[in-house]
Amino acid sequence: MKTIFERPTSDGASSFFPHADAPRPGGEYTIDRELLREFPPRIPTVSEPIVARHYTELSKANFGVDDGFYPLGSCTMKYNPKINEAVAALPGFTDLHPLTDAASAQGILGLLFELTDLLSRMAGMPAVSLQPVAGAHGELTGMFLFKRYFEERGEPERSRVLLPDSAHGTNPASAAAAGFSTTEIPSDERGMVDIDALVPELDETVAGIMLTVPNTLGIFEERILEITEAVHTAGGLCYFDGANLNAFLGRARPGDMGADVFHFNLHKTLSTPHGGGGPGSGPIAVSEPLGEYLPAPRIVFDGGEYRLDWDHPRSIGAVHSFYGNVLVAVKAYVYLLRLGDEGLREVGENAVLNANYLQARLKGLFDLPYDGTCKHEFVLSAQGLPNEISALDVAKRLIDFGVHPPTVYFPLIVREALMIEPTETEGKASLDAFVDRMERIAAEAGSDPELLRSAPHHAQVRRLDQTRAARDLVLTHRIEAPKT
Amino acid sequence: MTYPIDYRYTEDHEWIHVEGSRARIGITDHAQSELGDIVFVEVPQIGTEVAAGETLGAVESVKAVGDVLAPLDGKVVEVNSILEAAPETINDAPYTDGWIVVLELADPAQVDRLLDAAGYERLLSGS
Amino acid sequence: MLAAIGVESLDALFSDIPAAVRERFRPLGLPSRSEMEVAAWLEEMAGANAGSRLVPFLGGGIYDHYVPSVVSSLVSRSEFVTAYTPYQPEVSQGTLTAMFEFQTLICELTGMEIANASLYDGATALAEAAMMAERIRGRGRIAVARTLFPQFRRVLDTYAWGADLSLVELDYDPSGRCEFDNPADELSAVIVQTPNAFGVIESLQGLKRRIGDALLIVSAYPLALGLLEPPGAFGADIVVGEGQSLGLPMGFGGPLLGLFATRKAYLRQMPGRVAGRTVDTEGQVGYVMASQTREQHIRRARATSNICTNSALCALAATIYLSSVGGDGLRSVAKKNLENAHDLAGRIAQIDGFDLAFDGPFFNEFVVRTAEDPDAVRTRLAEGGFLVAPSKGLVALGVENALRIAVTERRTKAELDRFVDVLGGKR
Repeated sequence: MKTIFERPTSDGASSFFPHADAPRPGGEYTIDRELLREFPPRIPTVSEPIVARHYTELSKANFGVDDGFYPLGSCTMKYNPKINEAVAALPGFTDLHPLTDAASAQGILGLLFELTDLLSRMAGMPAVSLQPVAGAHGELTGMFLFKRYFEERGEPERSRVLLPDSAHGTNPASAAAAGFSTTEIPSDERGMVDIDALVPELDETVAGIMLTVPNTLGIFEERILEITEAVHTAGGLCYFDGANLNAFLGRARPGDMGADVFHFNLHKTLSTPHGGGGPGSGPIAVSEPLGEYLPAPRIVFDGGEYRLDWDHPRSIGAVHSFYGNVLVAVKAYVYLLRLGDEGLREVGENAVLNANYLQARLKGLFDLPYDGTCKHEFVLSAQGLPNEISALDVAKRLIDFGVHPPTVYFPLIVREALMIEPTETEGKASLDAFVDRMERIAAEAGSDPELLRSAPHHAQVRRLDQTRAARDLVLTHRIEAPKT
Repeated sequence: MTYPIDYRYTEDHEWIHVEGSRARIGITDHAQSELGDIVFVEVPQIGTEVAAGETLGAVESVKAVGDVLAPLDGKVVEVNSILEAAPETINDAPYTDGWIVVLELADPAQVDRLLDAAGYERLLSGS
Repeated sequence: MLAAIGVESLDALFSDIPAAVRERFRPLGLPSRSEMEVAAWLEEMAGANAGSRLVPFLGGGIYDHYVPSVVSSLVSRSEFVTAYTPYQPEVSQGTLTAMFEFQTLICELTGMEIANASLYDGATALAEAAMMAERIRGRGRIAVARTLFPQFRRVLDTYAWGADLSLVELDYDPSGRCEFDNPADELSAVIVQTPNAFGVIESLQGLKRRIGDALLIVSAYPLALGLLEPPGAFGADIVVGEGQSLGLPMGFGGPLLGLFATRKAYLRQMPGRVAGRTVDTEGQVGYVMASQTREQHIRRARATSNICTNSALCALAATIYLSSVGGDGLRSVAKKNLENAHDLAGRIAQIDGFDLAFDGPFFNEFVVRTAEDPDAVRTRLAEGGFLVAPSKGLVALGVENALRIAVTERRTKAELDRFVDVLGGKR
């Protein structure tokens, strides 16, 4: 794939901007030469048609939800409704500077206020902040809230956070970034938190637990109430990673399960697009004792007007420049208005139905380490395949069939893991087609393993050498110096 | 998989070759095989004093990082400089050219606490 | 499908959720609505943002720049928009190639050796830089210029508290520039922003030499770097910034784009994703996520950062913007900003009751002292259809009776003329 730096350059300057006018009287100025570049940045001048062709070509070397089935477990790759995009592009939203007075921004402030209220009620928790802009960011904010809570209570010895061995990597990373150490709790033979291993850890050094509900195996913690109660009794707090909210939309709320902090991933559950890695949005909902520590400002409604309230002396401060990823929040708001309660419930139902259906049809073909009702996703293992065919080989071969591979090698507690999350977007025909392809791959593992090991065959590139990328790091293109 | 008989081992898959009052340390064939192609090795500074169990450095592959823990108390007196340009040496020759550090031992008697080759093989077959 | 699963009803698939939890559930009381109705409702909400129709002379880190249509057109292609993180590089060469281009462009703009593929925004990028410097030097203390944008300082304060890092403030001199009088304490880093919160361009010449072996962290305005000598040329160790000015709308403050660039030697301490060039089994050039062992999905508690989702699509917009505008074009648009701002500043200085607060050099933003109450001036400007920032930000920095004014390439001669008239009370 060529980079833009390897495309033909043009001599003519672009005419996107008008030329500078001649300076007017009073407009003269000098600026120290030492502050100025001697030459312009060495970014090539490429004509608009070539720019258009280059990025169009790049887009065709990508695979999005609009291209086909994308069962990437833990990511909830559901269809992104286009009405979301259209609304978020309205100039009334895009052309608004964040420092605009509240009186001139009533529309957006009203939207954010309403969204905050909807998320609060979805969580069953009293207060919400829209500031965090990703799930991991919500986690970090939650960890800061833990830290402040125990600081205020004079309990600095509470420096450990517990998490299951199936936790997503951002969980321990976020805890560590806030100065906590982490202790792993093993999962039992059913894939759930081993409560017998948990209880002895609940001493006065524990700040709390970080759980994903349902967990990363797609399994709901049946003893969730026992777990959160035990942690609370020991004086700790409960963080719930909400990446898997799609599993119980319209049926259950984390606040009713004992959560103290819950993060939403708007770019997962609430259909805002992933964008190749963001921008996302990770608002957090909190229980009553943590409300006063939430980031400032908060959006309030008083005297018939919406405004930004900075008067929160106990707040941890801020985790984002302004109010969070506003244009992403707009998209989630549109999605909620469209679906309503009925729609949300249907989403949860179809997500869970689709996952259980695929699990039932695939479990004969691949190992299913935890065989029970799953929620919106499940984890298979490629370990049983003949000829030492790996999860990676299965993933690469799926590419040849026009399907995005599932998540592989996560969670860490399953070897050769394949985490499959169909989402509610897929109909039965799409699911059956996927099963056919997996059947074919399982057969090829026996009859033609080399075909799998050398896959993909029909993508933009063949299998890429990750080792070479890591050993001979080339992270930028060497742009040639301009001819002077 | 090979396990030189005259070497000692730890449960964290390090090998130790005692050379008088010094110990040469690396990671085992099993460890390098699990990690895959090694792309970077983090080594300690010469002169660093370590206690047994403390982190000496790390070995990075594309998909994982393995910590190298000090098996014994001591002071770092040599580090293998070829690993900077050729980290894959650990994959190719984990017990010889792929050594990582040499420690001056604080208490040579601690060597007795380490696994011998048979003990390490038993450890591996158990897992 | 239920038959294939082996259950009688859908409800059976939810029996794993404890009854006590299911019973506590409450719906939102929200009906489902048609797209047409929702679209109309949202148009009304968008219409209730009068500020979007005023002419912005408002900056402070977020600017009203012109974005060529080709940027929004290409960045909205669904293969970019609806894709996820490029964990399977063979089907993500679009995203990965663009990441590689972005990294290259940011290095060129900042004068640094390596850059990541984006962080959330300029504020968290600055906070991450502070964390990284602390990992490298470990002294527990960082000096910070007082003249950071308040939003950068707020976030830095929060992250520093979270990491038990103490911050020591460096004040500014009468020219509006930061004073570096050799802080006696040992520092992990010194942080400065240029242009700063007063719009004044900081002098970085010789600074690196004066701060011992503390890391020099510079937060810079990327569009200005089309014209200004980049921080890398002055020996900066880490350069961060808010990338909104490179092809993103103001969007009421989000999504934004965090820029992060540093020395190659510090790669292993750098947060965020990075794309690297490699080849496939047939020798064809391709791109993959490189050095993933720094990241949370491998290193977990010992990752350089917890970041996963970042601001990828915004980075793509910046990449397309820079590719469309080109280096010459970027210098040209930066020059237009400089000229418009200096033109306006010169004219304002000639109005009775107004003068420039600082004599330091500036790019496209400057502070004006007013004999009148600044809020009254703001009101008059708003009535004339112009937006400027509230004065409380300046008051917090010790500058009373003043307003900060930003002027971009979008401001026309007619707008500048009318601004001067309204400011002077002529209309």
